[in-house]
Amino acid sequence: MSLQLHGAVGRGAFHRDASLSVNDGDVLAITGPNGSGKSTILHTIAGLVSLLHGTLKCNDDIWDAPANQMFIQSEKRSCAVVFQDVRLFPHMNVISNVAYGLRAHGVNKQQAHAQSLEALSQVGLHSFEFRAPHELSGGEQQRVALARALVLKPQVLLLDEPFAAIDTGSRIALRRLMPEVLATFPGVTVLVSHDPADVESLANSHLAL
Amino acid sequence: MSETVPTQRDIVIRRGTADKVFRTFIASGAMLSLVVLGLIAGFLLFRGFEIFKDFGLSFITGTQWDAGSGDASAPAKFGIAAMLVGSVVTAVIALCVAVPFAIAVSLFLEYYAPHFIRKPLTAVLDLVAAIPSVIYGIWGYTILMPKASGWAKSLNSWFDWIWIFKVPAPIFDRSPFIAGLLLALMVLPITTSVAREVYSQAPRDQIDAAYGLGGTKWGAIRTVVMPFGRSGLVGGAMLGLGRALGETVAVYLVLNLVFKVNFQILASAGGNVASLIATRFGEATPYELKALMAAGLVLFLVTLAVNATATYIVSRSRSAA
Repeated sequence: MSLQLHGAVGRGAFHRDASLSVNDGDVLAITGPNGSGKSTILHTIAGLVSLLHGTLKCNDDIWDAPANQMFIQSEKRSCAVVFQDVRLFPHMNVISNVAYGLRAHGVNKQQAHAQSLEALSQVGLHSFEFRAPHELSGGEQQRVALARALVLKPQVLLLDEPFAAIDTGSRIALRRLMPEVLATFPGVTVLVSHDPADVESLANSHLAL
Repeated sequence: MSETVPTQRDIVIRRGTADKVFRTFIASGAMLSLVVLGLIAGFLLFRGFEIFKDFGLSFITGTQWDAGSGDASAPAKFGIAAMLVGSVVTAVIALCVAVPFAIAVSLFLEYYAPHFIRKPLTAVLDLVAAIPSVIYGIWGYTILMPKASGWAKSLNSWFDWIWIFKVPAPIFDRSPFIAGLLLALMVLPITTSVAREVYSQAPRDQIDAAYGLGGTKWGAIRTVVMPFGRSGLVGGAMLGLGRALGETVAVYLVLNLVFKVNFQILASAGGNVASLIATRFGEATPYELKALMAAGLVLFLVTLAVNATATYIVSRSRSAA
């Protein structure tokens, strides 16, 4: 399985060429200065932004190809995003946040709950299920965000600067956890980061913008 | 060793002349509206005080309205319970009908309507809000009532096992149900406008988060937009409620004024405080006029309370945004 993007990405007045190819089990790190288009590439893969031209493919499925008028909506792409600023739903507790994607895909409540508990255990938060997001530290919130992406078992996992918005202590704990999580993740991972240490410790390929 | 905590000094701002003039001007405007509000309340209290003194609480709880003959043989009896209940019943019907429509219309305008439709539709909605209530009343009387009487008949035949849908006689014209439908149409623009405003402030990043986890547009709306806008919607609905409670001419044209507490919404009997005042004002005796002023004060206070609650809820929802 592989993810391939060849073409131009952009949002508003900004646009740039991008070319990447990642295989199953691989982690591609995208680095570059602010405004270089790292997050735009991620959002294009997720289907939050459309490709300007070129092709975005996952295996043999075309997700976005403007020339052929093809655009697969985000909910029909097997991918999940962990955002830099966490973005947990504030009115839902931890377990409901993690189960959100499963429920959106039609999984019944009990099953979604059981799978979400498993995902929470994977990130070391199994006893936090009924807490509200505001009761968690920044690092714990980011781990919940990671759990709600992993629980979907997506083909493509997109990590948009997951360490950027958390305090130093939480960052160290999350950096320790992340290699374990990614080692067992069977799909494609694309990581956006500013930090060369993340690239070195987590990624096995690198795209510098 | 004892530490002395330095006291915080007050910040003194020296304003320029233009700033002072402008502040005085806008402060006067704000104060003037409060003064006008106070004067209205004071006037109504002054004119209606005798009634509150003579009838006490029975003015609120009583259901009779009789100006009497002016002597002890047939004393005047004034009670606005039936009209207050009528005001509440028609307003509640209006909200039950208008709020779901307002949610649907505002979500459509904000999240589904193509750009070329959004602006004209919004303009039309704003225009609907500006139609005078007498026009609504005439339309309600000539167009809505004949149709809605049929709907009322159907409701009665299907659901007459529910007490509120029973009728004492098979007459379905000029009922609280029809008045409520008409009021629904009248409160729809304000409720929709507030709902649209609040829904438009839903955080885009949370919506993207929902999409990024495989959520559909409807899923994102249900998970992010609607919970975010809940309190704002309640505020909008309460602003609508304020209008519905105070509506006069339109209700007068489509609702029978009957001094009986009526919760049977399909029955041809009801009324509201505002239409009571409008109906009786022209031919009222001086003493009845005082009673109408007192009724006006009660309506004024109820509407003020509803609007104050709405303002509080809307401001809470804005601060949450």
